[in-house]
Amino acid sequence: MSDARTRMVARAAREIEPGMVVNLGIGLPTKVINHLASDFPVCLHTENGLSGIGPTLPPDRADRNLIDAGGAYVSTVPGSAFFDSATSFALVRSGRLDLTMLGAFEVSQTGDLANWKIPGKFSPGAGGGIELAQKARRVAVLTTQTDRAGNPKLKAACDLPITARACVARVFTEMAVIDIAPAGFSLVELAEGVSAGEVAEATGAPLILPDGDIPTF
Amino acid sequence: MRLPDKTTTLEEAVAGIGDGAVVMVGGFGVPGTPFTLIRELVRQGPKNLTVIKNDANETGMGVDHLLASGQVARLITTHIGLNPRAIELMNAGKIEVEFNPQGILAERIRAGGAGLGGILTDIAEDTELARGKQRVEIDAKRFLVETALRADVALIHADRADTFGNLDYVATARNFNPLMAMAAPRVIAEAERVLALGELPPDDVHTPGPFVDHVVELGALTEEYAVVRR
Repeated sequence: MSDARTRMVARAAREIEPGMVVNLGIGLPTKVINHLASDFPVCLHTENGLSGIGPTLPPDRADRNLIDAGGAYVSTVPGSAFFDSATSFALVRSGRLDLTMLGAFEVSQTGDLANWKIPGKFSPGAGGGIELAQKARRVAVLTTQTDRAGNPKLKAACDLPITARACVARVFTEMAVIDIAPAGFSLVELAEGVSAGEVAEATGAPLILPDGDIPTF
Repeated sequence: MRLPDKTTTLEEAVAGIGDGAVVMVGGFGVPGTPFTLIRELVRQGPKNLTVIKNDANETGMGVDHLLASGQVARLITTHIGLNPRAIELMNAGKIEVEFNPQGILAERIRAGGAGLGGILTDIAEDTELARGKQRVEIDAKRFLVETALRADVALIHADRADTFGNLDYVATARNFNPLMAMAAPRVIAEAERVLALGELPPDDVHTPGPFVDHVVELGALTEEYAVVRR
């Protein structure tokens, strides 16, 4: 991973508060776990029926019956619990999931999230993503500021089919931390060496700048 | 009194699943997938099946054998991203795929197993998955009606069974298994170990025996059950 991405993931890890129940989505969000101290008090949840996810294991040490929702072989920690898929999503829908971190294709300035389908190109199904996005108490997105063609992923409105409406609270990119405020995208922090102007340039809708100094990460 | 013995052979357990049957298959990825029952279903060869499973496994594993043999007409699922054949068949219009939000698939199956007609939810309301679904209003809140799901037969993978069909599951192999084990009039369980009556402590039972019709003891596990080395 590039330095910029590592810094972004490390910054996102600071979003997790002690005592939270957290679900980390597949891809970049999963890497957040690497930036949590081993004694940090947090409960990681995975949709396929585990609360209290422990470290990922290599194949030769893996338990064939113990994976996370992304198929990675994981482990338990003292206090872990296993449950069925209905119980797992009861936890999500009833408000017991404090925070989820998800990837994105697009985020709109009103917090709509599109991350499950690109018509004609990518349609594997949403898995548990809709419920995570719609019902976690707080939804944070980890994504690159632009797609591979350089188009902004943060847009006035999503063009792709949405996962959930008005769900995203905060976006972490390699360039900035951006909140979804009532008035739209609002710059919170800048990556070191990146200017507010550069972030605005790479954002597909107006970017509200804070008064005074902008903290860096 | 003595609880009935439901143990049988693999061939007998799976016999008689007809063309056009609706088949629930437990498992989330490898854990909890009844690979041996699926292989037998491929061998016996009923066609035009509707398969209800969280995912389509991966190439060369589990449900993929049913797709490769052309036995599946319809797949009710949540995510098939790890199976390129399933995506290809879907895109070519050779199988019909119905995607559900994962927890809603679980609740629809649970409702089916509990003798209910469906559930009410706001999940996916703003998405294309909600298209065409009935709405009801309760206390000024709008809900989607998600209908209950039942199958003709459910294929279950358990860790331990007793001869009456009490089952338990381990780790993340539980997933959809206990839900599906309630949602069909014919439930077939493969188990890694089959114990004598009384050897599975009542408090350890995840699926009570009255839900289960056939118990098949697995011998040595095939390669499909092993850790996947990607």
